[in-house]
Amino acid sequence: MAQSNHLVIKKLSFSRNERLLFDDLDFEFERGKITAILGPSGIGKTTLLKLIGGQLPVDSGEILFNNQAIHNCSEKVRYQARQKMGMLFQSGALFNDLSVFENVAFPLREHFKLEESLLQTLVLMKLEAVGLRGAKDLKPAELSGGMARRVALARAIALDPELVMYDEPFTGQDPISMNVLLKLVKQLNSTLGITSIIVSHDVNEVLSIADNVYVLAEQSIIASGSVDDIFKQTDNALLQQFLLGKSEGPVPFHFKGASFADDLEQVNR
Amino acid sequence: MITSFISHVGQTSLTFVHLIGRACLMLWLTLFGKPHRKLFPLFIQQLFQLGILSLPIILTSGLFIGMVLSFQGYYVLVDYAAEQSLGSLSALSLLRELGPVVAALLFAGRAGSSLTAEIGLMQSTEQIASMEMMAVSPYKRVLAPRLIAGIVALPLLTLLFNVMAIWGGYLIGVSWLGVDSGAYWSVMQGSVDYVPDVLNGVLKSVIFAIIITWVALYNGYYAVPTARGISLSTTKTVVISSLLALAMDFVLTALMFGA
Repeated sequence: MAQSNHLVIKKLSFSRNERLLFDDLDFEFERGKITAILGPSGIGKTTLLKLIGGQLPVDSGEILFNNQAIHNCSEKVRYQARQKMGMLFQSGALFNDLSVFENVAFPLREHFKLEESLLQTLVLMKLEAVGLRGAKDLKPAELSGGMARRVALARAIALDPELVMYDEPFTGQDPISMNVLLKLVKQLNSTLGITSIIVSHDVNEVLSIADNVYVLAEQSIIASGSVDDIFKQTDNALLQQFLLGKSEGPVPFHFKGASFADDLEQVNR
Repeated sequence: MITSFISHVGQTSLTFVHLIGRACLMLWLTLFGKPHRKLFPLFIQQLFQLGILSLPIILTSGLFIGMVLSFQGYYVLVDYAAEQSLGSLSALSLLRELGPVVAALLFAGRAGSSLTAEIGLMQSTEQIASMEMMAVSPYKRVLAPRLIAGIVALPLLTLLFNVMAIWGGYLIGVSWLGVDSGAYWSVMQGSVDYVPDVLNGVLKSVIFAIIITWVALYNGYYAVPTARGISLSTTKTVVISSLLALAMDFVLTALMFGA
């Protein structure tokens, strides 16, 4: 079992600005599988990815990547681990002053001294994989949102990572680029065997490609398992509300406050 | 009342200590340890951004300040029939005070603000975070070349500012108001000493450069990652770095020329 788990998180707790985001959570990410982390906005899904990448320190708990602790390690070990991880940021996070080609070449140029011809070949391969070889001379400002995200994906896989984390990859995409991205994520996972973690609230899209799912709400995991398992848990009202997107349920439509009658009485007093 | 006052003082001091700690840690991570492989080309690129692009404002301001100084100096000196000393007055006030200070204030407005805005934007668009995730240290890749370029650029700009200002003073004093050209230069040569005047001025501007670039990078790196946050940080950079430079100028002047 230990062999098949690529990334294991044990008893993770984290709070920010005195607000508890995660309370004693356990995750297991299987090697070569797509794991989705679903949950409403503001629950700390992006924070979870930053914790995995070591950009934020954990309050307590362990994060093991290839059975190696990466939550309290030296800077060197953390940087070595990061070379095996790719991350697709929600905004793309492309470098504005570099062309598409140079953006994808950036991690290669930073970490290796490659012959220019070899480097160009590698970059063109990555761009070909996301279908944007023709856009190599454009600047990030000239790209559409979907294209920028594909370039960022090419950059995230430039170092041939074992693990790729996707932060809200489908948010704000038109139907065509949404499907292109879905296809790409699935393709990278199946052809290169990349372990993938997708953080999202686009339930249907993500569940169409995911193998395993964690659903987060209220600082804890309210459901986990394979995609089929999740849909079978009909007695979990919160889960059902989230999966089906109902406006009423355990998560109320109204923000907490005094009753409407009381407020009106105050106004008319 | 008293407890709330005490807790407020405590809170403020804590925030201040926290800020100083963070700023020092940032400086440490930027300057110490293995430098980036391409530090030199990155440094040259930033020297262009911070130095060459600040040249127009520095040279123009230098010219005008030298001309104004010459006018005002002449009208005071002429009452004592001492207008021949105009060269000495211009050169000493420029090299010791006006040059380093005015160039530093202009540098804070031109280069400091652009540094903060640039780094803040990189922070808000997650470019810094993505660099970290690609196992590239943003301290070494982004901050270090900018800090070093700032420290090199400002003293050079200050010297050019002084040259322009002294020339501007010559234009007004000699060509317009009729001070003798030979007297302008020879009195200047006689009164300006290399170490106390020229080198002290350069030393001042090195220290101002460290302060301004450090404040600018800190405010950019820790900007609240929104449009409003970045604009507030940019303003803060100009205000804080200008005030710190002026305060430091007083301290340095007292140390250098006070005894």
